[in-house]
Amino acid sequence: MPDTTTSAASTAPEAASAPAKRSLGTGPGRLLVTLYGVFTVAAASRSLYQVIAQFQVAPLAYSLSAVSAVVYGFILVSLVRGGEGARKAAAVSCALELIGVLGIGTWTLVEPSAFPDATVWSDYGMDYLFIPVALPVTGLMWLRRARTEAA
Amino acid sequence: MIDALTVAVAATALALAAWCGWATYRDQPTKDWHFIGMALVSLLGIAQLVIGCVQLARGQSPDEGTAIFVAYLLGASACIPATGFMSLSERTRWGSATVAAGGIVLAVLEVRLFDIWGGGSA
Repeated sequence: MPDTTTSAASTAPEAASAPAKRSLGTGPGRLLVTLYGVFTVAAASRSLYQVIAQFQVAPLAYSLSAVSAVVYGFILVSLVRGGEGARKAAAVSCALELIGVLGIGTWTLVEPSAFPDATVWSDYGMDYLFIPVALPVTGLMWLRRARTEAA
Repeated sequence: MIDALTVAVAATALALAAWCGWATYRDQPTKDWHFIGMALVSLLGIAQLVIGCVQLARGQSPDEGTAIFVAYLLGASACIPATGFMSLSERTRWGSATVAAGGIVLAVLEVRLFDIWGGGSA
């Protein structure tokens, strides 16, 4: 009998955390996962190509694009993995992403000469229909709601 | 590239996006008819991939480089199947929203493909 009680006790937290773990990538989160997936692929393939083929043209811009690709990839993995740790990590990187978009967006407008070629986050993501600005905001809202639902 | 095909893919992708957007609005998951629509758009995308590769093999070259062209062709052909599978495992309105987003992304990719190939010059 002690066996059953310990196994019940050990499975209970798992069962409780399972829906919370899943909740990041389902429902509205599914749409976010898709968009982050698209942007990871887009930013990664774009920066990979530019770094390999023409890095000397605009090293700063291409490096920043590569950074954005890493950020998108990290958030994507966090959303898919789920759980409280991943939620916090995703929230921090969404905040970083927002700072990055706003910072680089402003930088490209203030000092265009530093950017011979565009980055993913140039002009607040204008090349990408301004989705790069909207994405971290919706991401943070969703991650906030996922926390209140889990609590 | 065949411009008519590019336009056809973009137009059907937008129609699919509107259709699935309507399903999202009405709080419905994607249904059989939606998947038939996705299959049609996907087939057009795959046809475009094949035709694009054939034209590359025949020695024509896109304005902005072959690597970029092939990357966009692959992305365009994978776009709707990928979001379709996402909506298969998300049987809520958000599955429909995912396919709608995929349709819009595909339409944007088609515009880029048109530019990369050389904007109507071939």
